[in-house]
Amino acid sequence: MDHDDLLGAYRRLRLLREFEERTRVEFQTGQIAGFTHLYAGMEAIAVGVCEHLTDEDRIISTHRGHGHCLAKGCDPAAMMLELWGSTDGLCRGKGGTMHIADFSRGMLGANAVVGAGAPIAVGAALASLMTGGTWVAVSFVGDGGTNIGSVYEAMNLAVVLQLPKIFVIEDNGWGEMTPIANATGNRDLAARAAAMGMPAVAVDGVDFFAVHAAAGEAIARARRGGGPSTLVASAPRFYGHHEGDPQLYRSREEIADLRRREDCLPRFIERVTTEGSLTAAELAAVDADIARIMDDAVAKAKAGPRPVPGDVFDHVYARYR
Amino acid sequence: MTIKSMRDALNEALHHEFERDPLVFLIGEDVGGFEKDGQPVEIGGVFGVSKGLYRKYGRKRVIDTPISEAAIIGAASGAALCGMRPIAEIMFADLTAVCFDQIVNQIAKFRYMFGGQCACPVVIRMTTGGGRNAGAQHSQTFYPIFTSFPGLKIAVPSNAYDAKGLLISAIRDEDPVLFFEPKVLYTEKCEVPDEAYAIPFGEAAMPREGEDVTLVAFGQSVNWAVQAADELRKTRGIRCDVIDPRTPSPLDEETILESVAATGRLVVIDESPPRCGLTADIAALVADKGFRDLKAPIKTVTAPHTPVPQARELERAYLPNPRRIIAAVEEVLA
Repeated sequence: MDHDDLLGAYRRLRLLREFEERTRVEFQTGQIAGFTHLYAGMEAIAVGVCEHLTDEDRIISTHRGHGHCLAKGCDPAAMMLELWGSTDGLCRGKGGTMHIADFSRGMLGANAVVGAGAPIAVGAALASLMTGGTWVAVSFVGDGGTNIGSVYEAMNLAVVLQLPKIFVIEDNGWGEMTPIANATGNRDLAARAAAMGMPAVAVDGVDFFAVHAAAGEAIARARRGGGPSTLVASAPRFYGHHEGDPQLYRSREEIADLRRREDCLPRFIERVTTEGSLTAAELAAVDADIARIMDDAVAKAKAGPRPVPGDVFDHVYARYR
Repeated sequence: MTIKSMRDALNEALHHEFERDPLVFLIGEDVGGFEKDGQPVEIGGVFGVSKGLYRKYGRKRVIDTPISEAAIIGAASGAALCGMRPIAEIMFADLTAVCFDQIVNQIAKFRYMFGGQCACPVVIRMTTGGGRNAGAQHSQTFYPIFTSFPGLKIAVPSNAYDAKGLLISAIRDEDPVLFFEPKVLYTEKCEVPDEAYAIPFGEAAMPREGEDVTLVAFGQSVNWAVQAADELRKTRGIRCDVIDPRTPSPLDEETILESVAATGRLVVIDESPPRCGLTADIAALVADKGFRDLKAPIKTVTAPHTPVPQARELERAYLPNPRRIIAAVEEVLA
């Protein structure tokens, strides 16, 4: 990665983190309605994968989708407007946090049904193959999602049809509030995917560079017609399953320890500054810029136009009768 | 214009649309075929509806899949979100239970929850209904459940002519359509034009007209309603409007309400169980918007609140028939 790529990657990592930190603060004021699931701690996965993608490539995300949206290029202010339910939000306030989509960016939606995005992304990959495209489709699924049958249906079909499809499994060790050991018979998630008949690797999802390298290989393989593959990346979830989750299942010390030892941002900063590829001043400038972007996003969200009751009827059908 | 079976009429519709639009493709179990010793071996669908497509268009547009209903529907909907015009085949409507999430939480809601920024023009074809002694898991209708979901359109043809025109409309529609093919009607024949034609959704057909009683029926029940109407006319001089809505969603409310305004009497017939179904739905519609036109209580003729039984005698007892419809008509005229 050259200097600009590195700076761009850092910018995205910081944007993803600050978006979630700010969402958490604002959520606690009661201004954001509904359930919110924060991606903090897992940013290196979304950014490591999506840095390889263009607007033509399609992704489908999960209920914990803010990070994937931002990594794919969604506008943070338009996303924040969506969290607030404004008609200026990416989905005009119809979707909210769990259904953010931006088709102009190839972001086919955060999806609130665990595992459901995998078969749909198979369809996107099928469209690429059928139309002779070079674009790929990526679905993100958590470790909890690997126990949903339709994910394996999707993997098998992608292998049978040799589709340009990448299955990214984000292993944060928790399926909502249940630890993976209590939910998953074979802890080797890459082996489970490989058993479906495709290349599958596991990487440290806290290490941006490890994710970036493995994702690059899988995406390049898919682009040149080499078929699907699976990338398992493990990274901690800094917050609860959803905002408001009291996390009675793990101690404060455990969470603080994760922050100290398994944070992708200090890990990234240490490497690029030690190597001398980015300077502390450059990073600080990005931080200041992201802080400004988040202030702007929240200000826009608070002032955003509100839907009126009649809007409930829009967008059900293209045409009904 | 020639006499064709519903199977052949549907097959023609698929051929017309494959020819018209290169983005149209078919995906499902056993819909296409495979190569053996360099020679194509065609399957063409277990009911033969997609015959000839694999030979003509090959595996690229006629895609056989594993027995993975969620993957079939996901693959179709994802492709539709990327501009394709997929037709997915689920062999039996009962099996939509395996991919219910992909239909009702995903396809039905994409356009709405993403604020109108996408279309999902997918058609899901499936066989529906009883009459083949296929038992409890291969004989259900399922169209009433799906009719309750906003975002989906539902078509249930009752004859070969409608089947062709409705399927062509479904494939050209920008919205997701669930297309239910009554499996006992595949061999039933009527006049069907050779050329492509589209029957608009939300416009009921009226195979019989009369001023005494309104009969509203869906799918294969339409044929029983017509038989009952003909018998009543011949033996008793009673004339019935027989209304086939053809698309439970969108529903042609006007035709039903206008007919009831003229007759004052309504019998609703469907082979589904009675609760939360289309018979209750139509009865509620008329109670709500046409109550003052009624001269007698509304009657419904349905299957009982039981699973579909297998034995011939039991399935006969389960399904509605013209005799039961005639009895209901006599009740509303009493």
